[in-house]
Amino acid sequence: MAASRLTPVLSLASMLALWVVAAGLTNDAQILPTPWQLLPLFAQEFASGDLLTHLGATLVRVLWAFTLAMSLGTVLGLIMGRSTATNRWLDPWLVIFLNLPALVLIVLCYLWIGLTEAAAITAVTLNKVPNVAVVIREGARALDPDLDAMAKVYRMSWWTRQRHVVFPQLAPFVAAAARSGVAVIWKIVLVVEFLGRSSGVGFQIHLHFQLFDVAMVLVYAFAFIGVMLTVEWLLLQPAERRSRRWRTA
Amino acid sequence: MISVDITSKSFDGMPVLGPISFRIAPGETLALVGPSGIGKSTLLRILAGIDPEFEGRVQRPGALSMVFQEPTLLPWRSVLHNLLIPHPELRPDAARTMLARVGIDGKETLFPGQLSLGQQRRLSLARAFACAPKMLIMDEPFVSLDPETAETMLRLTEALISEHHPATLFVTHDLREADRLASRVLTLKSTPSGAVLGP
Ligand SMILES: Nc1ncnc2c1ncn2[C@@H]1O[C@H](COP(=O)(O)OP(=O)(O)OP(=O)(O)O)[C@@H](O)[C@H]1O
Ligand SMILES: [Mg+2]
Repeated sequence: MAASRLTPVLSLASMLALWVVAAGLTNDAQILPTPWQLLPLFAQEFASGDLLTHLGATLVRVLWAFTLAMSLGTVLGLIMGRSTATNRWLDPWLVIFLNLPALVLIVLCYLWIGLTEAAAITAVTLNKVPNVAVVIREGARALDPDLDAMAKVYRMSWWTRQRHVVFPQLAPFVAAAARSGVAVIWKIVLVVEFLGRSSGVGFQIHLHFQLFDVAMVLVYAFAFIGVMLTVEWLLLQPAERRSRRWRTA
Repeated sequence: MISVDITSKSFDGMPVLGPISFRIAPGETLALVGPSGIGKSTLLRILAGIDPEFEGRVQRPGALSMVFQEPTLLPWRSVLHNLLIPHPELRPDAARTMLARVGIDGKETLFPGQLSLGQQRRLSLARAFACAPKMLIMDEPFVSLDPETAETMLRLTEALISEHHPATLFVTHDLREADRLASRVLTLKSTPSGAVLGP
């Protein structure tokens, strides 16, 4: 037990060691700085307020795109899962959007809408909606018709039905879509910022890429990875565990 | 008075039920028998209002309950909430009394998955009687239970029916069960244009 819990720690430590060795061999802080060379830079960006400003800008975009993609994808998935006729119509669209490279959607959104906040969020949302719809469609197809009949016989109100009958059945699917959604969305947001925004972690990476400043690219990358892992551990995983509680009771 | 006048019911052009007419007086209990696959469940679903796609007319009271072949509980809600969610007007202490009446008191906070199959059936029965139904529909409520549990459930159902006097229609394969509970037995027999009531 103790050994298996220790493994990820050891694994991360060996990665850190590999980094230190590589930095030693490179012996050029311009190309690969050591971990401790990043710390003062991190402190400096934090103190100046830049780090928080840009992290905040990116997080707001992630939040917007996530909320929009989850709501649109859920509605679309529910409709497609419950109506075969609609599904036959919309399925080819879904297949095309699923196979459209993220970069193409982003460039087209910027070209058609302009280099605006709306275009950035639209691009990220459109990238994620099809995946959410596919997962929720599976959930809608798995809804138990017997429970549906029971809800009808006992004349449950629409809201009661959604809350106590439909949503608990969809919850594992919503949780799965949310987790893979966040993982993909924050990466696409960085690309969108890289290409056409003047704030956010992606913009900062673009700036320091042009200055060939590897250290600052790493500082912003690690800061954001840290934030997203915290979101995953503190919000998404506990929410998923709660939605499964009745199974393990 | 409950009146059923179905002219026809089909699935994808395949006739399942032909012309079927009968009445159920308040407090009367009817059994419905017939070979497997003839359309008994289909008839019950029409009566219960679950399946609105048929030709004909059905008159039934609003206060209607159904006991399904499977317990059909909400596995993610507690035993108590499985009574309160379908019956929002039910007071929690009345719900507890009902749970005690069917012999599963003290289990309010458990999830249905933590009950035995027999206990889940009791809960399903409690849900059906919790709000004094004017009409009760049961689809093979005692099937796939061991003989002893089936007998206990049958007695409990008998007692609850005689307390609340709903008009009852239930499907069974067991003619002794039909004789014990019902004052009349309806038999479905097949014809080319779907099942009708036989002798
Ligand atoms: N949703 C459906 N779509 C298509 N056909 C159906 C559907 N439901 C039932 N049927 C058909 O209707 C006929 C009657 O089915 P039903 O379930 O009412 O039979 P039953 O008398 O209840 O049988 P059992 O005693 O085995 O429960 C069967 O031939 C069945 O295949
Ligand atoms: Mg049946």
